[in-house]
Amino acid sequence: MTTLHPDEANARRLAGLKAGALIGNPDTGDGTLIDDPAVRAPLVLGGMSFNDVTETVCGYAERGPGKWWLPATLMAASVASLIGLMVGYLIITGVGVWGLTNQVDWAWDITNFVFWIGIGHAGTLISAILCLLKQKWRTAVNRSAEAMTIFAVICAGIFPGIHVGRVWMAWMLFPIPNYNYIWPNFRSPLLWDVFAVSTYATVSALFWYMGMIPDLATLRDRADRRLREAKAGGPAALKGDGIRAFAYGLLSIGWRFSGRHWHRYEAAYLILAGISTPLVLSVHSIVSFDFATSILPGWHTTIFPPYFVAGAIFGGFAMVLFLLIPARELFPGMKNLLTLRHLENMAKILLLTGSMVGFAYAMEFFIAWYGANDYEKEVFINRATGPYWWAYWTMISCNVISPQLFWFRRFRQSPLVIFIVSVFVTIGMWFERFVIIVSSLHRAFLPGEWHMFHPTLVDILTFVGSCGLFLTLFLLFTRFLPMFAIAELKAVMPESSPHHHGDSHGKGAH
Amino acid sequence: MNLSLPFTLNDIADYFPFLKRKPGRFVTPSGAEVHAIIAQFATPADVYHAAEKVRDAGYTRWDVHTPFPIHGLEEAMGIKRTILPLIAGSVGLGGAAVGFLLQLFISTDYEIVVQGKPFTAWEPFTPVTFELGILHCAFATLIGMLALNGLPRWHHPIFNSKRFLKSSDDGFFIAIEAADAKFEPNAVKALLESAGGTGIELVES
Repeated sequence: MTTLHPDEANARRLAGLKAGALIGNPDTGDGTLIDDPAVRAPLVLGGMSFNDVTETVCGYAERGPGKWWLPATLMAASVASLIGLMVGYLIITGVGVWGLTNQVDWAWDITNFVFWIGIGHAGTLISAILCLLKQKWRTAVNRSAEAMTIFAVICAGIFPGIHVGRVWMAWMLFPIPNYNYIWPNFRSPLLWDVFAVSTYATVSALFWYMGMIPDLATLRDRADRRLREAKAGGPAALKGDGIRAFAYGLLSIGWRFSGRHWHRYEAAYLILAGISTPLVLSVHSIVSFDFATSILPGWHTTIFPPYFVAGAIFGGFAMVLFLLIPARELFPGMKNLLTLRHLENMAKILLLTGSMVGFAYAMEFFIAWYGANDYEKEVFINRATGPYWWAYWTMISCNVISPQLFWFRRFRQSPLVIFIVSVFVTIGMWFERFVIIVSSLHRAFLPGEWHMFHPTLVDILTFVGSCGLFLTLFLLFTRFLPMFAIAELKAVMPESSPHHHGDSHGKGAH
Repeated sequence: MNLSLPFTLNDIADYFPFLKRKPGRFVTPSGAEVHAIIAQFATPADVYHAAEKVRDAGYTRWDVHTPFPIHGLEEAMGIKRTILPLIAGSVGLGGAAVGFLLQLFISTDYEIVVQGKPFTAWEPFTPVTFELGILHCAFATLIGMLALNGLPRWHHPIFNSKRFLKSSDDGFFIAIEAADAKFEPNAVKALLESAGGTGIELVES
């Protein structure tokens, strides 16, 4: 934070003071928290050269992120094994092992599904929408956020698969010709959901992979160079370089950093960003149709699609911050690539989307009253004051109230506060889905059908296991794949511009 | 790791004459064919200006290798705009059409009565049509980009240069290929030198 008055900043700028004078000012945190809009905050700190960026990021994949990695991964993997056990138990026993009843026939399974699929949305927002908006700071977070998208969609995909009951019939979700001569119903939002989620998973994976090709080629070339140097009598290659050169070589499919290739690559990147933008908006809209096209009070509302999309981005950014703030402390040199400015920007997005979600909650109540439908009104009063009041108020305090802290500069510039809020938001977003699903289902039209939902141990451990699976996949990603978009990071450094150093190449070249 | 096949491309070319590679015009003293001459440049600005010179000298089989895409380099190299958007767009629209027809066929082939709604109403088909359009477009974009780039490929002679591996880190290179009709080793060297290139190196095929 600068203590400069805007007029003074202007006066100084007019007097020819370079922007650099503000960098290193103790008021600007690590030098990136500059308020003057005319000063472009640096995206890479520590005076890093292109080579330093390569060394830092490739170091995570070559030498590992640190001694903590193996125990942390083993722990996460043992938690992840729970989901294998629980799903196995569910399959051999039946959905009766969950706490579902005749009335509350969707509960934790669909809550978890919507929760995880929502987490994924931040990755696509960062890689697609922020790319179209030319937000250069996204390059520091896009790779890990995209990885999170894919791992979250994997976790999400498990739940609708297993909640169909007879898991071995799950292939019937897809229009596959079969001997029973039956086809799925294309007028059902549940089928739209199958297509939306599987398209989303596929396109996200393609986008992630394409962005990674140049960085995998960097890892390949480094391993290759070390092997050649060792062969020529130089320093010994790292352990596993033979496998690295082969595996990264296979994955980078012969990328040779050609200018002609970069030209098509950038066009492809822009196309994928352009199509992923409507895709990401469509996915959670279609997930919300699962509810909104029914006639159940509390579900049957037109506000659901935008409200779900805002909530998904909100929850997704919270997860990005939840993972990257500790990573920033644990990975050597990461603070130079992921600055306080990045965290502040994401905190601002949390504030914005959190307020949008809060507006949607208020709007639902307003419409329940204004719509003059007794059942609708009753459902909403019941949500806030009925037997699930605690879930509702957990949701409100975590999602609406906690991000309001970010109106204050000192909170949105403190990694610790951002981390704590991101934990609250993650909890709040899980409860949001729980409230929507369970509190709408537990009161049917006839009082005789009123039931409470009680989760069983299997319900709880399946969810815990899915968190373990998510964390395990993310930890494996940090160890074996380039955690930052190396080429993109270099491209946003000021020295990457062909016009750097007052160079004027004009003369009809452009 | 060395994976070598028991035959070469030229052996196969005995049966498929169009695969036969033309012998190179230039050979090194050791007898290997010349693939290209490469030069390294210190900064993006240097390689950018050098690319303008190579372009103006009229070479066609040449390339710039940089660790990241340099803004405006396609103009400096004189590259025509790629047709990739056309491919992606047409495959995407085709995918959407296939998706729509698929639903139309299935919904009339197996008629499920839902709330008495018409079987061929187009409105409920919108989400799946959209999703399948996006899906096909994404595949066309990635595969089209790679195919236009001539990828994937297992090896490229330019990797024979150890110095060239810096292009994935912080090295900026220009490579002029021997296959270029205008290629003449001394002239190419002189051009790259005058453009500010260092470590000019001949890469064997």
